[in-house]
Amino acid sequence: MIYFNNVSKNYKDSRALDDVTFTVTAGEFVSIVGHSGAGKTTLTKMILADENPTEGTVFFESINVHKLRNSDLTKLRRRIGVVFQDFKLLSNKTAYENIAFAMEAAGKTDEEIANDVPHVLELVDLGNKILHFPNQLSGGEQQRLAIARAIINQPELIIADEPTGNLDPINTHEVVQILKKINDLGTTIILTTHNRGVIDSVGKRVITMENGKIVRDSKEGNRL
Amino acid sequence: MITELKRVIKAGVINFTRNGIISWAAVLVVTITLSVITTIILLQAVLYFSLNLIKDKVDVTIYFNVGAPPERIMLLKDSLLKLPEVAEISYTSAEEALELFRSRHQNDYPTIQALDEIGENPLGAYLNVKAKEISQYESIANFLKSDNVLVSGSTNIIDKVNYHQNKLVIDRLSAIISGAQKLGFLITLLLIIISIIITFNTIRLTIFISKEEIGVMQLVGASKMRVRGPFMIEGAIYGIIATILTLIIFWPATAWVGRNMTGFLGINMYDYYISNFFQIFVIILLSGILLGMISSFLAIRRYLNK
Repeated sequence: MIYFNNVSKNYKDSRALDDVTFTVTAGEFVSIVGHSGAGKTTLTKMILADENPTEGTVFFESINVHKLRNSDLTKLRRRIGVVFQDFKLLSNKTAYENIAFAMEAAGKTDEEIANDVPHVLELVDLGNKILHFPNQLSGGEQQRLAIARAIINQPELIIADEPTGNLDPINTHEVVQILKKINDLGTTIILTTHNRGVIDSVGKRVITMENGKIVRDSKEGNRL
Repeated sequence: MITELKRVIKAGVINFTRNGIISWAAVLVVTITLSVITTIILLQAVLYFSLNLIKDKVDVTIYFNVGAPPERIMLLKDSLLKLPEVAEISYTSAEEALELFRSRHQNDYPTIQALDEIGENPLGAYLNVKAKEISQYESIANFLKSDNVLVSGSTNIIDKVNYHQNKLVIDRLSAIISGAQKLGFLITLLLIIISIIITFNTIRLTIFISKEEIGVMQLVGASKMRVRGPFMIEGAIYGIIATILTLIIFWPATAWVGRNMTGFLGINMYDYYISNFFQIFVIILLSGILLGMISSFLAIRRYLNK
């Protein structure tokens, strides 16, 4: 599903990704682990074409994501759900509107939105906070709302960039369990984290990064 | 498409109401810009009125010889009226000229006494010619020297044409009027550009505050129109509200100016404002909406690259 082919990314005075090559197949749950600055976030931004590689290519299925026109890129992004460490919710929209916005972007009808949004909010246990704004929700609630937004359009892939970074252990556990359930239903998940406990509780494929390089891939079974 | 448009409009209205003080700050700046534009419209009216007043004071007088037959003067008047440059001509007979002279010098006893001693009317009739534009007097004067006038046999009844005496004053006035119009246009343009830049930067600031959210909207797959649309609607709302505020502000302001400064300006600003209210309303409303929408469109462009 995802193929990184010798991808490197240089910023002014640093190399964020260094000749990264790996593949993610459909339905996998891949955890990418590494310290801050290891290149995890840059890697996820590459999939969304939010950053362009200096060298190499990134494929989503057979599509080179960095060769897409704006309109096609918009369509690709509708196939990917995104969860961020800092939630990145729309602050002037209610919980309901945050999710409705993602559905509107995907071209869903008002009827579909009215049916699905309350349902997905119930799923993440926010059914009673439908009209709350993000700043009226706790960190855990905000992250659950972000997950609800990510899954509402039934994406093929969910990218969760440090989704537990701002959460306490209880909320961290809840978020991991939600992501595992989503994966069990067939959605591919790429999770980045620097938290070993999260990786242990996921218990699936782990890619370890250091200084922009992949130094270990549990699928390969040895240090690269 | 209609659903998309409805959603964009709804989102724009909601964003405006929820952005609170930021929205009202933008409205205030657009109101100032529209006030500048309204002031310029009113000052242009004063300038136009004043220039017309000056233009009205300029004319060319054709003095005829004593005893020139009125029917030949009328013949010349008719041919002058056919000129496209001529706006109006007034005829003053020799008798009326004498009457006017006497009334003008009624306290000047030596002059009146000398006039009485002559016994007959020493003054000829004259035609007062007004051109449509101040720059057209020269061509009227040239016409009076041309063959057309010779053919109509009017040359020998014309005593003098005062254009040549007044040429310097007319030319200078013409230059002043043209200069005033150009200067007025330049000042107008400059003020409008400054106002637009200030408005653009204010709206850019309001959008800058939302730049992270713009990125999020794009990451969840929103099209450029879906991201940009609500900001443009917000811009239009700034324009509409600012128009209403501007028109409300100028109501008492022009009334005050009308009461206190009509003598100085030569025009009652309140009467002008009321009688041209619809045109001013349309100009201000379109300016406000376009200013808000175009500023938003341009300001958001840099955050919509990908």
